[in-house]
Amino acid sequence: MTTRLVGPFNRVEGDLEVRLETEGGQVKAAYVNSPLYRGFEPMLSGKAPGDALVIVPRICGICSVAQSAASASALRALSGLALPDNGRLAHNLVSACENLADHLSHFYLFFMPDFARDGYTGRPWFERVAKRFKASSGSATADVLPARAEFMHLMGLMAGKWPHTLSLQPGGTARPLEQAECLQLTALLRAFRRFLERHVFDDSLESVGGLASLSDLAAWRQNRHGDLALFLEAAEDLGLDRIGRATDVFLSYGAYEEAHGHLFASGLWRAAQGHPLEPDAIVEDLSHAWLAGDTSSPAQGQTLPLADKPEAYTWCKAPRYNGGVAETGALARQMVAGHPLIRELVKTHGGSVTARVLARLLELALVLPRMEAWARQLEPKAPWCHHGDLPDDASGTGLVEAARGSLGHWLTVKHGRIANYQIIAPTTWNFSPRDEQGTPGALEQALAGLPAPEAEEPPLLVQHVVRSFDPCMVCTVH
Amino acid sequence: MPELNLLWLQSGGCGGCTLSLLNAEQPALMDRLADASIRLLWHPSLSEASGNEALEILRACAEGRQRLDILCLEGSVMTGPSGTGRFHMLAGTGRPMMAWVEELAAKAAHVLAVGTCAAYGGITSAGITGPSVGATGLQFHGEHPGGLLPASFRAGAGLPVVNVAGCPTHPGWVLDTLLALSMRRLTEDDLDALHRPRFYADHLVHHGCPRNEFYEFKASAEKASDLGCMMENMGCKGTQAHADCNTRLWNGSGSCLRGGYACISCTEPRFEEPGHPFTETPKVAGIPIGLPSDMPKAWFVALAALSKSATPKRVRENATSDHVVVTPAVKKTGLK
Ligand code: SF4
Ligand code: SF4
Repeated sequence: MTTRLVGPFNRVEGDLEVRLETEGGQVKAAYVNSPLYRGFEPMLSGKAPGDALVIVPRICGICSVAQSAASASALRALSGLALPDNGRLAHNLVSACENLADHLSHFYLFFMPDFARDGYTGRPWFERVAKRFKASSGSATADVLPARAEFMHLMGLMAGKWPHTLSLQPGGTARPLEQAECLQLTALLRAFRRFLERHVFDDSLESVGGLASLSDLAAWRQNRHGDLALFLEAAEDLGLDRIGRATDVFLSYGAYEEAHGHLFASGLWRAAQGHPLEPDAIVEDLSHAWLAGDTSSPAQGQTLPLADKPEAYTWCKAPRYNGGVAETGALARQMVAGHPLIRELVKTHGGSVTARVLARLLELALVLPRMEAWARQLEPKAPWCHHGDLPDDASGTGLVEAARGSLGHWLTVKHGRIANYQIIAPTTWNFSPRDEQGTPGALEQALAGLPAPEAEEPPLLVQHVVRSFDPCMVCTVH
Repeated sequence: MPELNLLWLQSGGCGGCTLSLLNAEQPALMDRLADASIRLLWHPSLSEASGNEALEILRACAEGRQRLDILCLEGSVMTGPSGTGRFHMLAGTGRPMMAWVEELAAKAAHVLAVGTCAAYGGITSAGITGPSVGATGLQFHGEHPGGLLPASFRAGAGLPVVNVAGCPTHPGWVLDTLLALSMRRLTEDDLDALHRPRFYADHLVHHGCPRNEFYEFKASAEKASDLGCMMENMGCKGTQAHADCNTRLWNGSGSCLRGGYACISCTEPRFEEPGHPFTETPKVAGIPIGLPSDMPKAWFVALAALSKSATPKRVRENATSDHVVVTPAVKKTGLK
């Protein structure tokens, strides 16, 4: 048995280290370490509840709006306010903008450059992939960065700035739009659609979103010149649709509230079946984290650093659902929501690198048309924000979907001040360490069994699997 | 211009300054770096090199085998617990990031603190209860000179740490600083007392704020989504915060004020602990205590009383509405 320490893993958000125990060039066991602790949860104690809206976005520069939305939603639960239609639509539009921009940066800047590594020289797709996706110099970067920046003008219009907006409020948005701004919004969504249809898909969003089976996908791929088709070609050659399986238990809190329910439903997918979401089934286990305390529900949880704790190997807690490990993210969201192509993919080979990446790109095709519809539903003269006082003693929960998956905030207010604030971020689920029973977290399971040849530093497949989860390490521990 | 190489590290921050950098426009990021003759040695989000390959670049710089022109740190330096730096060990090295940063800063020709975390400690040093995580800035701790590096520190080319403060920083602030460095147009005189580049820090957020007409008449917003001035009730520090946010806009057309919320002075040391709820204005006897820094209090009070009495109906009513409810009158005559 040999031990290899792999890190820093770059092109993920934040700092990540993975310890691999290998035997005969194969991963026997993986231990995931999130080596940065900043202490946002204790930082929030004693503050005025509304201050959370300033502080929590700064947990993470890549999904700061998701943190805002979770916090606003927890405060909304405290206050008993309901969102006016414009407020709900604005929350959806701002969240969707961040999520889609995230899917885009992940695919182009973080994930694809690994296929352009020298280790793949000679593969039939290598020349094309290297030209397009080589880190920072590939032609894709030059297409994607301006398109992404222009799409993010939505944030300038609806959120003031990104990252770290304060526009999302418990009762709606602090940024009402006028007629002229609604028109600008429509124009910029069209421009982004053009980019997606031209470069990512080489097809209309509707026809991509409508792919309903593996045979549909196989037929669709023929003679497509977009970046998705190129990914599918490389992924098939490398067998990535059979690599990187975790537990195949998928969690989603439900994404994008519409007038009746979520656009993507909430729930748990386990043993090939859907179940309704039970928030009370969630606990955090601290047995392998450098933190003091016992397993508890996040509503009661604590965050007390204990740097010398034996047995611990990360700052990350281990969230568990009914005692088990769950995976979250775009793949989980689409499994729970029931996208037929994604369900068939997972039914055939289980959750995989290909399935995770495809689910993310599918969301680009599925969500942008909804954004166009939400923008059309905005009514400038109707209310954008409801107002009300927060109670001095209460607790509330905010459960939202960030690009990377389920994000929950649990908040208790006493005597008008925050008494406890606990957060479970998507990567806390996916990159959790072992629990008291010794059960490894989702990524730890997905890495076991992979080839890790000595000559590859870091091992290529290990990198694809890690990045397929699109980890956000600053969120993980916060 | 000779090519300058750049090494970018992240520690106790959120990555937001990098993500903000990706929003650079006209031209986009890679072109702007090329135009400033900047070559990335390594950047955690943008470079190919991972694991040992990446560490080898860091080691070569630290050991002087590789020239290091610009070192950028994003995020605060994590010195806790109790000065050990264990709250952030650089992955794959078993060594605190704080030690890497100190060693690399000693070799660099220029050192940039990107964002308020790296400049002054920033949001990571907030918290009124609980144990400190020991977050500090590169060459300042809050407003006090001396952070990880002493106040006397000068990088190889002679400048102290350049504090491109902001939470996050505007991509333009970072890229203009890099361009100025590569054009050799950044001297100590171009930095303010807190070592921020003066090209953006000699402005106040208040300049160019679309709510200036409301400010003139002290027609104030009372709740989020109101159109009025946010100084009196909503905690806005735009009249004191050094930055050009309302003239160099964000994400095309935005700024905090344009987004409907107060400036929390994120370019200033200790913005993270204002001593009051962020979006409330502390007052004494009904008068905001944080008045514009260059205006005597008695004058302000007298002028405010006068202008309040002269507020036009249009400005007064719009101030507490979420839309323009009273529009500017259309003159009935053709005379201008
Ligand atoms: S300065 Fe603000 S935006 Fe930049 S890393 Fe720190 S918290 Fe994030
Ligand atoms: S307006 Fe104020 S809080 Fe907003 S980015 Fe500018 S300096 Fe920071």
